[in-house]
Amino acid sequence: MTTITEPSGSDSTGAFKLSMLLNDTRYRALTFQFIALVAIIAAMAFIGGNLVRNLAEAGLNISYDFLGTQAGYDINQQPIPFESTDTHGRAAIVGLMNTLIVAFLACVSATVIGVIAGVLRLSPNWLVRKIMSFYVEIFRNVPVLIWILIIFSVLINATPSPRDFRGENPAASMWFFDSFAITNRGMYMPKPEFGPGAWFVVLAFVASIIGIFALRRYARNELFDKGRVVPILWPSVALFFVPVILVQLIMGSPISLEYPALKGFNFQGGMGLRGSLIALWFALAIYTGAFIAENVRAGILAVSKGQTEAAGALGMRPGRIMSLVVLPQALRVIIPPLISQYLNITKNSSLAIAVGYMDLTGTLGGITLLQTGRAIEAVLMLMMFYLIISLGISFFMNIYNNAMKLKER
Amino acid sequence: MADSKAQSVAFVRKTPIPQAPPPISEAGPLAWIRTNLFSGVFNSILTIIAFYVVIRFVMGVFPWFYNGVWDASSIRECKDKLDGLTGGCFAVLADRWDHLLFGFSYPPEGYWRIVLSFVLLMVAAAPLLFANLPRKMLYFTGFFPFLAYWLIWGGSIWVSMTLLAIIIATGFIYRLVAIQIDVEMRKIVAMGIGAICGVGLAYLLYLGASELSFIAGSIGTEGIVALIANKAFWAASIFTYVFFIPMGIFIGYAIYNSYEDGGLVSVVAALLFFGVAISYLVGPIWMGVNFILPIELEAVASRDMGGFMLNMVLGTVCVSLSIPLGIVLALGRQSDMPLIKGVCVVFIEFIRGVPLITLLFVANVMLAYFLPPSSNFDLILRVIIMITMFSAAYIAEVIRGGLAALPKGQYEAADSLGLNYNQATQLIILPQALKISIPGIVNVAVGLFKDTTLVSIISMFDLVGMIRGPIQNSTEWISVYWEVYGFGALLFFVVCYSISQYSQWLERQLATDHR
Repeated sequence: MTTITEPSGSDSTGAFKLSMLLNDTRYRALTFQFIALVAIIAAMAFIGGNLVRNLAEAGLNISYDFLGTQAGYDINQQPIPFESTDTHGRAAIVGLMNTLIVAFLACVSATVIGVIAGVLRLSPNWLVRKIMSFYVEIFRNVPVLIWILIIFSVLINATPSPRDFRGENPAASMWFFDSFAITNRGMYMPKPEFGPGAWFVVLAFVASIIGIFALRRYARNELFDKGRVVPILWPSVALFFVPVILVQLIMGSPISLEYPALKGFNFQGGMGLRGSLIALWFALAIYTGAFIAENVRAGILAVSKGQTEAAGALGMRPGRIMSLVVLPQALRVIIPPLISQYLNITKNSSLAIAVGYMDLTGTLGGITLLQTGRAIEAVLMLMMFYLIISLGISFFMNIYNNAMKLKER
Repeated sequence: MADSKAQSVAFVRKTPIPQAPPPISEAGPLAWIRTNLFSGVFNSILTIIAFYVVIRFVMGVFPWFYNGVWDASSIRECKDKLDGLTGGCFAVLADRWDHLLFGFSYPPEGYWRIVLSFVLLMVAAAPLLFANLPRKMLYFTGFFPFLAYWLIWGGSIWVSMTLLAIIIATGFIYRLVAIQIDVEMRKIVAMGIGAICGVGLAYLLYLGASELSFIAGSIGTEGIVALIANKAFWAASIFTYVFFIPMGIFIGYAIYNSYEDGGLVSVVAALLFFGVAISYLVGPIWMGVNFILPIELEAVASRDMGGFMLNMVLGTVCVSLSIPLGIVLALGRQSDMPLIKGVCVVFIEFIRGVPLITLLFVANVMLAYFLPPSSNFDLILRVIIMITMFSAAYIAEVIRGGLAALPKGQYEAADSLGLNYNQATQLIILPQALKISIPGIVNVAVGLFKDTTLVSIISMFDLVGMIRGPIQNSTEWISVYWEVYGFGALLFFVVCYSISQYSQWLERQLATDHR
């Protein structure tokens, strides 16, 4: 300590002194960061040491071997086949797929609900406006968990049980020519069966999608280059349906539908959506839809009225004003908050555990964690999965956002 | 002329005609209906559909309320009373009112304590919310947390009062060292404090380094990951070993060096006093005072907290703790120092990328592994830590938006006035940035308050936990759901809606632009 007692520095020109580490702004940041680095290392050491000691005390170790052992539990909603003899690792994958399924379904429906509600909140119709603000306020100010539980309870208590479909004069009946059944265990609907030659139909479908995009591009070029308006909507609809149906008929119906039927105590065959999935999907969609409605409303209000008036002065019709002038500008305001709403949906889908839908949290963070006791490994993996999903969504949405952004020079 | 004209004409009106009412199609309710409800074909269809929806809704809900049973002891009795009519069974609310609000194991004779804390919370929050109230009320706001802790958790009042006294004493020590003593005196203090801190820091770093080598020793070297981890921990421990003495000397020197302006030495002296007092003085003082003047309430354990009260406690505590933490994180993220910035970015992005429920899992099953084996944090405290970190990350992002929205000229003006970083931040930057961020912060606060219901998933009995657990599993109220969830929704709606209305009012109050 004796070597560094020189606080005064009146004649120093360029010579480095230790006190400059504190008093000179050129070096002070370095000093602070070095101290912070050492402090962080020490804190990490403290936490890590505790971890090692606690694990040793409990006779545990960190190991991911449990992912390869037999799971021993069933998953009620299976996008890929899963038996209770499969591994915990496969259970986690099934859970991940279930998370992605419900998040995707909820994102799409929340966007539709949100856009409709947001536009209707600006409607000139007083009654519609009031109903929509009622919807938005009521859903925004009540926890999503309560909505999930309410909708789940309603689904269980207010829909018929499979038993009610039985007998000569059943209490409940299936919808749409005996193809849909809504029960308190879930919804059952026809499943497409891919027979031989089915890929021709799929190919036709892909080709017609490409065709629709090509048509839109052509129409756009025609409009911008020659000022000629090419109709898009009806040709697109025709392109979407006609080729697929034609190929299906010509090939002799390679894609058939498997209908659900009441066998034993429940419906068998077809595609089943568990009540928990429907409740979660519906609750997330309608809850986040209220938030998206506010974003859409703010986006439309952000486009100045002069834009609408100027477009009107150019002689545009109201529909074209909306689609060519107002919406493209509103979209730029809407997209960034929309990204975070999608992220919220994905994160809120982890509430599936409250209604027993086996998503990532239900499998990896729920039953696997309880059965194997591997708390640290399971929770860390769970966080990693969610982090990757979140980063992925924001990455792709940011690409879209950059494409839509105002191009400034 | 005028006279003759007047006589020649049969009748001249002397007073003006009273204004005729506008035609019925242009004013009054009919016109309003026409412009607002039936202004076109499309609108008329919309109106008719909307009317149909509203009427169906009212017809469904009204008898449910009208026939509602408020007085029954079980769902079966309720159904008997209804006798086939549609009606809500609100008796469950009357029967389980206390459980819904206070949880099922809080002592009933102590309910007044919670009600009183709630009322006092309103009083304490008032001067923060409304700027025209007397500023003296802020003293009560500062006093409130200690009072509320005593009221809710019980025990001796002197525990929290001692804590308060120590905090006040810390403030006095800071003032004493920073302002009141002269430079010669401060030089002596700085020497002492510098020596203590230097030695203390060196010792802490030595402990950290030993811990690191302990970890490295227990990892083993089989497998590539373990090998890398092992080497990394050895490297870190050697790094810390090398620097523990120089760091101690440097810190001691830095504290000593600040005796002239009093900055660092007074902060460190105050913190040192606070740490020592918390560790060694709290116990003896409160026990001593309590022996002389016992003021005690029945102590209630944390696990007995429940019902809506738990949501309120978690919401209030976590919001008030996460705002300062969020400000620190936001400033850290804006910092020029890459290390500080990196740490803040990683923390914020990590927390924002994972769902709150996984953080609650961490609090529930994982956090205990990271704390010293002897320590005994109860679940509510661990949950508060995790929720606070969660909302701090979101608030940090909101405040970062506010900081970014400030024109660069504000930063440059502060620099040109010769303000240093602390002064510029406190006096120029933060007041403006926080004002811009108010709506965002309120949004996060409302979201956080709603998210406190998630603790029901890690089997804490908050409002939702009470409903899902003790109420719906009881034999009396086995399949009641609309009534109880509706009640929960109503409570949350009232609180959240009032907060958001307040924030909109505040935004209008603070608007300084003239548009």
